[in-house]
Amino acid sequence: MSGRTRTIRVDTLARVEGEGALYIKLAGERVADVKLKIYEPPRFFEAFLRGRHFSEVPDITARICGICPIAYQMSAIHAIERALGTRIDPAVRLLRRLFYCGEWIESHTLHVYMLHAPDFLGYQDVIAMARDHRAVVERALRLKKVGNRIVTLLGGREIHPISAAVGGFYKVPTKQQLRELVEDLEWALDTSLETARWTANLEFPDFEQDYEFVALRHPDEYPFNEGRLVSNRGLDIDAAEYEDHFVEMHVKHSNALHSVVRGRGSYLVGPMARFNLNFDKLPEVARQVAREVKLAVPVKNPFRSIMVRSVEIVFACAEALRIVGEYEPPPTPRVEVPNQAGVGQAITEAPRGILYHRYAMDERGLIIAAKIIPPTSQNQKRIEDDLRDYAVRLMAWPLEEASWKCEQAIRNYDPCISCATHSLKVTVERAEADGV
Amino acid sequence: MNSDTKHKPTIAVFKFASCDGCQLSLLDAEDELLGVAGAVDIAYFPEATRAMRKGPYDIGLIEGSITTHHDAQRIQELRRQCKTLVTIGACATAGGIQALRNWKDVDEFIRVVYATPQFISTLKLSTPIAEHVPVDFELRGCPINKHHLIELITAMLAGRKPNIPSYSVCLECKRRNNVCITVARGVACLGPVTQAGCGALCPGYDRGCYGCYGPMESPNTTSLANQLHILGQSDAQITRAFRGFNAWSWQFRKTSEEYEHK
Repeated sequence: MSGRTRTIRVDTLARVEGEGALYIKLAGERVADVKLKIYEPPRFFEAFLRGRHFSEVPDITARICGICPIAYQMSAIHAIERALGTRIDPAVRLLRRLFYCGEWIESHTLHVYMLHAPDFLGYQDVIAMARDHRAVVERALRLKKVGNRIVTLLGGREIHPISAAVGGFYKVPTKQQLRELVEDLEWALDTSLETARWTANLEFPDFEQDYEFVALRHPDEYPFNEGRLVSNRGLDIDAAEYEDHFVEMHVKHSNALHSVVRGRGSYLVGPMARFNLNFDKLPEVARQVAREVKLAVPVKNPFRSIMVRSVEIVFACAEALRIVGEYEPPPTPRVEVPNQAGVGQAITEAPRGILYHRYAMDERGLIIAAKIIPPTSQNQKRIEDDLRDYAVRLMAWPLEEASWKCEQAIRNYDPCISCATHSLKVTVERAEADGV
Repeated sequence: MNSDTKHKPTIAVFKFASCDGCQLSLLDAEDELLGVAGAVDIAYFPEATRAMRKGPYDIGLIEGSITTHHDAQRIQELRRQCKTLVTIGACATAGGIQALRNWKDVDEFIRVVYATPQFISTLKLSTPIAEHVPVDFELRGCPINKHHLIELITAMLAGRKPNIPSYSVCLECKRRNNVCITVARGVACLGPVTQAGCGALCPGYDRGCYGCYGPMESPNTTSLANQLHILGQSDAQITRAFRGFNAWSWQFRKTSEEYEHK
């Protein structure tokens, strides 16, 4: 009685960072099988970090991801500083937030306009989109460039910046150098507001899910580097407790490690989680545009993540402007951090969601154990849960369109497959598939 | 990406083990991207487009190193499909940071990261593309310099040799009027043996070069290692200095092995 069987199959997922494939088997009226295959080869960072000095770690972990190297530098640095009890200067703290603003602006703009928007508008890519929407794409490129300009000023270059260090920065900018960003940032803030309004006019499928949202929460600010890890289902922990509450599972018939909340299941990290859990911490300009475009908490439609990302660009521009206005250089770019033994954990908010690092060091400052859990590993199970529910609605669609829609559903998460160091050949066999 | 471009050269971008950063450089070339897209026919570039056309291609840009049996076979096929094959970045050109496995027991590495090691299929070595197939041009860097990439594409369109430096970072420091941090402050720096291309970034940010662009044309790594020793670096530190993002390039490899076994 299962009717005809059809297969949605995408051998190379496009407009995501890294390499993955999608396989969904539809049997009659139900989804018989969902496989999100990630065939990115493993690179073993946690293994070869052992024996390296802690001062080398931020440069090495940056190379996990060319899209969000700052996230990898920040989580590594904070975890090591926690292990060693390092106290950083408040100005360094501000600069780290500014650094992250730059990464969020460029990464979110890349995703909103160049990777995700073409799905909504029916283009294969941003180049094709530019033929009909030249001004929009030019605006996007300029906005992205503002993010990259911040990163380049603080870190020397956009990809794998070289200035972030345990204890601070190798070199910090002058007040004047930051002031020179103001004009660009004011333009970027206006453009980010336009971006939020522009994304609001896209068409969204009517699709909501009951998510457990997980994000950092800080008492005074929208989260980047600090805060407790909270969820809408009562989670409220310190980074040091992360591994007690989240489990990486080696799924049957799978080579991947899936993160789940212990005793509950899949969860969502990233812009929607941050927005839903921290709306009250957004600056007024971001809250106002969210209200204007009718983006009300809690956002439960993952396709609307493109709007949430846009509102986060508004936040990042406003926050960068605030920091640039307040900045006084620290007395020294970085504090000396002596070698000592210790263990430290940290979570920071990468553009795609929380990034957990743990390091143990010996008395020479050499790494003896490292643990890295990227946002995309954490979202992986959630992406598959979305797909299983979403594919049911596409039964009557022509295969090519159904498959494009499923790709779009994956891109809702801005997955960064290169990041997911653990994830190799994900093959998820659902319970329903057992009899097939 | 273009269907109305019969006579433009086709470009394809392929990924092996890597962080995606080098191919992202193309999307990071905000001022040039639309121009490049107008001048060439982007036939295969999954990070940017769903439209994927089969080969052959005029220019293949290869990111990443070879770490699996499957990839070792795939690169053979891609070589046949690409008239000109260019490696972009330290992974494709020198094996990348993941080549640190080459001195270790990779099975032990797998056990560290994965709970069920028998599912993981990987080679013992992470190797550069040129160890597998002939390569027409190598762009250095971790990551590459996006201006080099634009220069490379421009040069290919014009049928000339790309103008990419092969001298050391020291020259770039001189050009930027940087005071030598090794001479003035005794900071360990790989600049004298590292190929230029970054614009002497690290010395400009008050730190020693850590060798992102790999060995320059004729590096005297032994002499530099001696200097590092005089500056007070231990054998282990010197070994680690050469075991970075270009660790498997033979000049760096040779010196790191000498100091590892001292």
